[in-house]
Amino acid sequence: MVVMKSEKFDYFINGDKGKYEVVIGLEVHAQVLSNSKLFSGSPTKFGAEPNEHVSLIDSAFPGMLPVINEECVKQAVRTGLGLNAKINNYSVFDRKNYFYADLPQGYQISQYKNPIVGEGKVLLDMPYGSKEVGIERLHLEQDAGKSIHDMDPSNTYVDLNRSGIALMEIVSKPDLRSPDEVNAYIKKLRSIMRYLGTCDGNMQEGSLRADVNVSVRKVGVKEFGTRCEIKNVNSIKFMQMAIEYEASRQVELLESGKEIDQETRLFDTKKNETRSMRSKEDAHDYRYFPDPDLLPLKLDQKLVDDLKKSLPELPDKKKERFVKDYGLNAYEANVLVSEKEISDYYEEVAKLSDNKLAATWMMGDLFAMLNDKGLNISNSPISAKDFAELVQAIKSGEISGRIAKEVFEIMIESGDNPKKIIETKGLKQQSDPKELEKMINEILAKNKDKVDQYKSGKEKLFGFFVGQVMKSSGGKANPQLTNEILKKLLKG
Amino acid sequence: MSLDKEKIKHVAKLARISVNEAKVDSLTKDLNSIFKFIEQLNELDTNKVEPLTSILNQSLRSRKDEINDGKIREKVLKNSPKDSKEFFVVPKVVE
Repeated sequence: MVVMKSEKFDYFINGDKGKYEVVIGLEVHAQVLSNSKLFSGSPTKFGAEPNEHVSLIDSAFPGMLPVINEECVKQAVRTGLGLNAKINNYSVFDRKNYFYADLPQGYQISQYKNPIVGEGKVLLDMPYGSKEVGIERLHLEQDAGKSIHDMDPSNTYVDLNRSGIALMEIVSKPDLRSPDEVNAYIKKLRSIMRYLGTCDGNMQEGSLRADVNVSVRKVGVKEFGTRCEIKNVNSIKFMQMAIEYEASRQVELLESGKEIDQETRLFDTKKNETRSMRSKEDAHDYRYFPDPDLLPLKLDQKLVDDLKKSLPELPDKKKERFVKDYGLNAYEANVLVSEKEISDYYEEVAKLSDNKLAATWMMGDLFAMLNDKGLNISNSPISAKDFAELVQAIKSGEISGRIAKEVFEIMIESGDNPKKIIETKGLKQQSDPKELEKMINEILAKNKDKVDQYKSGKEKLFGFFVGQVMKSSGGKANPQLTNEILKKLLKG
Repeated sequence: MSLDKEKIKHVAKLARISVNEAKVDSLTKDLNSIFKFIEQLNELDTNKVEPLTSILNQSLRSRKDEINDGKIREKVLKNSPKDSKEFFVVPKVVE
């Protein structure tokens, strides 16, 4: 079985009996950015000592009553609006019953029949064009605590710090067709939520994780195949690996005439395989019912309208504007709007220098350096103002692109601004035609033999002369001017 | 709707209630007669009636996003049978 990739959509699995398409839907769990938990006043901050961020509500003491955090509700509405989704003015909290050590209530407060947000859509930019992915719903629910299994051979340790933090579960329609599309979808969701400030999208800290539904069907078949759900995958790479494994496994089953069991599976990152988590007899029976502790949540349309008015410019709109106002191509605009901080940095640089050059230098040298050092734009050692000065120096012809790379290196090391570096190191480009001509004449005089060879037809030597000029000017000679003068003088 | 013995055992398991095998028969009989009584409600057509979740016609009370709880680990862990001072300790859970 070979999996192929190309510029045109081409993610299929070729079996002996035909070509299969992979159908993927995601349930993304995104931690809501808020100070306190969904139903209690405990802090949500990551990294506290075990059980320090726990109230009697989060640990489900008898007689405790949950009271909803209005900011979490607003965050869910903002996210819904960012996903172009229908906001439901009436929604209900239900109890989802299951028994596990890190769920002290014995049920999770979630939303079942009446979620706070209904259908919406997200646009993905794929190499083969724009792709729309449907959103089925978004609902609010509580996170569970954390079980630690490796501290003791016979006991499990439970930390409830995460218990009760608000999550948004964002359910997509089964519209995704490849691991690349899953990658683009997660990144787009993350980007939208980070723009909105509703989720920090930090996958290492578990703020964003997903259950992945995978099924396969022969190309051309309209009905969906039987799906398997891979639980709680916490990185894009693992999602992609799990999908590739799971799709191949299902095709193999079908090809050998077997049936696929609808089941919940677990992705083992060490073995790179999915395996059954629980058998059908143990399948969860959640017995949802409306939580009697919580009245239905009714949203005032004015609140929704006000939130809508206060939304920031989102990536899709910003991309359009970058193409229109800054003359960037779609690819550049896409990269530069991917994170709000990157787009802010770009706009500051562009305003102080040149739109196109700013984009080129940011996406080239700046990103490479940040990547190298494991930094991101927010903690870049070079400020937008200094970077703009560098781009402007290139634009005005003060320094060449080659010298700019040198200045850039010195900026990282010293933290100095480009003007100071160019002045103190004497790196200013030599653009005075008279001085350049004088220098070039000297070089030609020193290399009379080569000049003769050039004139008798060995035109490849032109590069040698350019090299000599650069060498004796310390790389500071204006390249264009050098070319012009050399050509003129060598003709004479 | 009627309940058989297997269903009774399943519900007991979900509810984490241990049911003595000897009691299953009498429980099945009792619960079935209760269900039969409740079944009468199905005679009503409730297709167009929203489920009543509360008799109070008011919306959910909410609170501001403020931190005013937590930092009471000792209190939270006080009643846990095995206390490690930092964690709840429970019999090994293996998935």
